[in-house]
Amino acid sequence: MVWNSANDFFAMGGYGLYVWGSYGVTAAWMLLEPVLAARRHRAALLAVSESENESEMA
Amino acid sequence: MKNFPRLFYFAAPSRFYWLASKAVPWLYAIAAAFSVWGLYVGFFVAPTDATQGDSYRIIFIHVPAAWMSMVIYMAMAGLAAFGWAANARLASMMARALAPTGAAFTFLALWTGAFWGKPTWGAWWVWDARLTSELILLFLYLGFMALVEAIDDTRRADHAGALLAIIGAVNVPIIYFSVRWWNTLHQGATISMTAAPKMASTMLTSMLLMTVAFWAYAFAVVFKRCSAIVLERERGADWVQALARKEG
Repeated sequence: MVWNSANDFFAMGGYGLYVWGSYGVTAAWMLLEPVLAARRHRAALLAVSESENESEMA
Repeated sequence: MKNFPRLFYFAAPSRFYWLASKAVPWLYAIAAAFSVWGLYVGFFVAPTDATQGDSYRIIFIHVPAAWMSMVIYMAMAGLAAFGWAANARLASMMARALAPTGAAFTFLALWTGAFWGKPTWGAWWVWDARLTSELILLFLYLGFMALVEAIDDTRRADHAGALLAIIGAVNVPIIYFSVRWWNTLHQGATISMTAAPKMASTMLTSMLLMTVAFWAYAFAVVFKRCSAIVLERERGADWVQALARKEG
């Protein structure tokens, strides 16, 4: 085992800021981007059904 | 040439859309599974580095992000060029779908590089050949996205974007070979085709697992975005109308 305790793990041998600063931003983006892509897909699907409804009413 | 039509079977936007809808959940699952595995090996199996301490653990995401930034750019430029030359709509759509993810990986390569450079070199940023050419890559992605958004005529925008992407492609080999061509602060290639890896095998394992995760993630999110672009552009098509009736 590399770490003796949870504190030891989070401290990263004194490099906690650098390691977690890297991983935090990467993880945040990689969780956010799929949400944005899914939203764009959902919006595109809604836009198609709305334009279809308008054309039916016209 | 019997196989020729089958090769381009999924080049029809409707067939691509169907394929993407089936593949995306699996790709996300692969990305998640390999991330967990890679991070487990990277943080709980790989030892502390003798010279860099634990700061080196940034490599498990830094190198895969940097690889993705270059691979995605080449895919984007190639697809944009093909979309222009062969008038293939889906290739142009895919090029546009790739750009934000490529830009994000470029940013993450620079960001994690800064957070690794500070403890090891004593500086967040240096105007070194590798870092500068990677920064130029970020501007190329942002330029491509701004250009295609700025032109209203969709196909003209695709063509203008393709031209920019092709010209910018010369930057990718410059990034890759920069550590050999110039005397830089940045270390040389971590692994190469011709030499044994210069790192412990558990460290290498983690990095390669994270690379698989990033590839699967990139395919998933780009396929999803491209599906949205297909719907935005093909909204007049019968199959899109039928789909919206079913799912809208």
